[in-house]
Amino acid sequence: MKKKLAFAAALLAATMLGGIANAKTLVYCSEGSPEGFDPGLYTAGTTFDASSRTVYNRLVEFKHGSTEIEPGLAESWTISDDGLEYTFKLRQGVKFQTTDFFTPTREFNADDVIYSFDRQLKADDPWNKYVAGAAWEYSAGMGFPDLIKAIEKVDDHTVKFVLNHPEAPFLADLGMDFASVLSKEYADKLQADGKMEQMNQQPLGTGPFTFVAYQPDAAIRYKANADYWNGAPKIDDLVFAITTDASVRRQKLEAGECQIYPYPNAADVEALKGNPDLHVEEQAGLNVAYLAYNTLVAPFDKAEVRRALNQAINKQAIVDAVFEGQAQVAKNPIPPTMWSYNDAVEDDKYDPDAAKAALEAAGVKDLKMKIWAMPVSRPYMLNARRAAELMQADLSKVGVSAEIVTYEWAEYLKRSSDKDRDGAVILGWTGDNGDPDNFLDTLLGCTAVGGNNRAQWCNEEFDGLVKKAKEISDQAERTKLYEQAQVVFKKEAPWATIDHSTTFMPMSKKVSGYTQDPLGIHRFDNVDIAE
Amino acid sequence: MLKFFLGRLLVLIPTFIGVSIIAFAFIRLLPGDPVMLMSGERVMDPTRHAQIMHELGMDRPLVMQYLSYIGGILQGDFGTSIVTKRPIIQQFFALFPATLELSLCAILIAIVLGIPAGVFAAIKRGSFFDQSVMGAALVGYSMPIFWWGLLLIILFSGILRWTPVSGRIDLLYFFPSVTGFMLVDSLLSGQKGAFASAVSHLILPAIVLGTIPLAVIARQTRSAMLEVLSEDYVRTARAKGLTPFRVVGIHALRNAMIPVITTIGLQVGVLMAGAILTETIFSWPGVGKWMVDSVFKRDYTVIQGGLLLIAAIIMFVNLIVDLLYGLINPRIRH
Repeated sequence: MKKKLAFAAALLAATMLGGIANAKTLVYCSEGSPEGFDPGLYTAGTTFDASSRTVYNRLVEFKHGSTEIEPGLAESWTISDDGLEYTFKLRQGVKFQTTDFFTPTREFNADDVIYSFDRQLKADDPWNKYVAGAAWEYSAGMGFPDLIKAIEKVDDHTVKFVLNHPEAPFLADLGMDFASVLSKEYADKLQADGKMEQMNQQPLGTGPFTFVAYQPDAAIRYKANADYWNGAPKIDDLVFAITTDASVRRQKLEAGECQIYPYPNAADVEALKGNPDLHVEEQAGLNVAYLAYNTLVAPFDKAEVRRALNQAINKQAIVDAVFEGQAQVAKNPIPPTMWSYNDAVEDDKYDPDAAKAALEAAGVKDLKMKIWAMPVSRPYMLNARRAAELMQADLSKVGVSAEIVTYEWAEYLKRSSDKDRDGAVILGWTGDNGDPDNFLDTLLGCTAVGGNNRAQWCNEEFDGLVKKAKEISDQAERTKLYEQAQVVFKKEAPWATIDHSTTFMPMSKKVSGYTQDPLGIHRFDNVDIAE
Repeated sequence: MLKFFLGRLLVLIPTFIGVSIIAFAFIRLLPGDPVMLMSGERVMDPTRHAQIMHELGMDRPLVMQYLSYIGGILQGDFGTSIVTKRPIIQQFFALFPATLELSLCAILIAIVLGIPAGVFAAIKRGSFFDQSVMGAALVGYSMPIFWWGLLLIILFSGILRWTPVSGRIDLLYFFPSVTGFMLVDSLLSGQKGAFASAVSHLILPAIVLGTIPLAVIARQTRSAMLEVLSEDYVRTARAKGLTPFRVVGIHALRNAMIPVITTIGLQVGVLMAGAILTETIFSWPGVGKWMVDSVFKRDYTVIQGGLLLIAAIIMFVNLIVDLLYGLINPRIRH
């Protein structure tokens, strides 16, 4: 009898666990806690992995493993000839997730799309300031408030976006995390109940996984959305085990406490590859690190001086020392995984003698300069101080004496934008939407001088090419323009392009179907795990 | 006794004001501002920047900001996190039980092992045991927590597979948090194996966090015992023919405990400092890890509020220790 009771109790416990014992559970050792669960409010990838890529969908989606756009909640779209009107035909029969905290009564429609954007764009929308300090940073950063003139509901399943000026990357922007589509019905309920802040704590969307619970700083739990319009995920449960230390993430993977983790230590990669139970995926990151000269200040205003300095820097040595070889030397301002990358461009060869001669020919003698080294480690530049020291040594070989300076990170970002900045600055960029415009115009266009254009470089020819490419939507034509722009860039050398780093994803061999995304997002909708 | 208590309480007020000024000023003295960091590498438009600064009230004179901050605290409002946009006090109390549970277990290990080790080392002064205990204490005291934690993880979790690597409980178990203490909640949940899993997750971090207090307590107990053992009344007790256990355990130890209790009280600060590193290594979701994450995310309001709350707790514990001390040693009161 006692045994029977115990068995019944165990059975009850197993049921309470939601049948986890028999379910396929994937544990992902994530690198940090999400800031919240409303992707519109944030800019960090960690937050997006936990919200937009699990719970939500967008009108358009990035294909797995690529920066190409495919239909998402919009099954098709048309763009007017003047490039000002985007009309989306919405997918029908898409259900919002049913959770403990909300049961939807209707399917996804145009109201959800309009709600999701209005709250970010209209200051008088009740949701615009629903949490303290809501700044909708990403939508502002991508220029949406100036770009979007109106969003119109044509009918329940058709939405039209009207723009103020043609913007070819707009479609790619809509695949970004901040453009996730939320449920208007859920929002109305929260508003009526006076619990608006719950939108940022208990997310509900149309995505592949349904949010179950967040245990602060410890774990996030999801279950597969059986009704997912794009086919239910193969795993039953997904758990993010928040583990901030990369060495500990490795130990957890090796001990079987999780099956996959991001951002391993560079020094661990070789050992992980050697483990017969594990598999390490690698991919060139969609990023670039650069040294931007201030082209407004003599003698850096002369392209021949900048090119000579570029020749003096041994970039391979930096990649070897800072990344232990796990990055590739950059020759273009956009990474090789991006469409329109011009592989025909030839990099400046490392040649100190030629550099010295070129500097003399340009009439530059005893040059003194500053190199700004950022105080933080970023995916594209793990150790800027070390890189700066190597550059300093290289430059001294050609008679240039360089002094390394740094500032606190926020101050560094601010001061490095100053037009009269003294010195060349090490910085980088990680792509937002996979569009070359997001690098070439954002970082090197004339309108970005005094802002993101840290070289303060405004070249008519280059700017003409990238501005023209923004206004046409034919990708083949845009590619030609961007390829030309890269040639101009190389000739004018506003930057010394340093590297594109490689990203690694170690996982158990039991995991299948995981594809690394060049945009740095982590998605588990196609993943399966062997029992 | 009441006068003693009130006197102690009064001292806390200027201390608290001092801490609040330091926590407030030190963040604002740093160059740069948190709004700048919201957009990362992307430069924020200056008018937008000014607007957000205004919304956060950060464009007002420092004195005004401080006064409204203190005004909020007096009403129990420690502000809202810039990053998560959630009330700081709510986050703090959600995470604090984890830190408390870990710290209590750590100090328990330190006391249970430290006091007997110190006592035996004092009795067997100069012996091999004494020298090994004191040597180990010195090593324990000097060991960087970060390194020590990783070392234990690699040995016990990585190679031997005796303990789990990190976290508070196996992810298989999932139940609502009732008290916030995993040991209690796992028992309440009634799920088989949950309590054992919680204990196995707690062992390594508690040892790591307890190492420094253990070393300090062992050394302090040894020296206090040595002093007391040479006192006349101990010799008298021995001469009376009391058993060595009674001499050491009752007559000597009780008197030696006074400085040891002070030391234990002082370990609260050490535990808080140690929790920051221990929690980070073991992915222990407590306030220490929360503070570290906030520093990395430049969540200034959290750093400021968290510092203040932690300082308040340390002051509170010290007050209790002072009172206990007064109870044990009446001379202090007068």
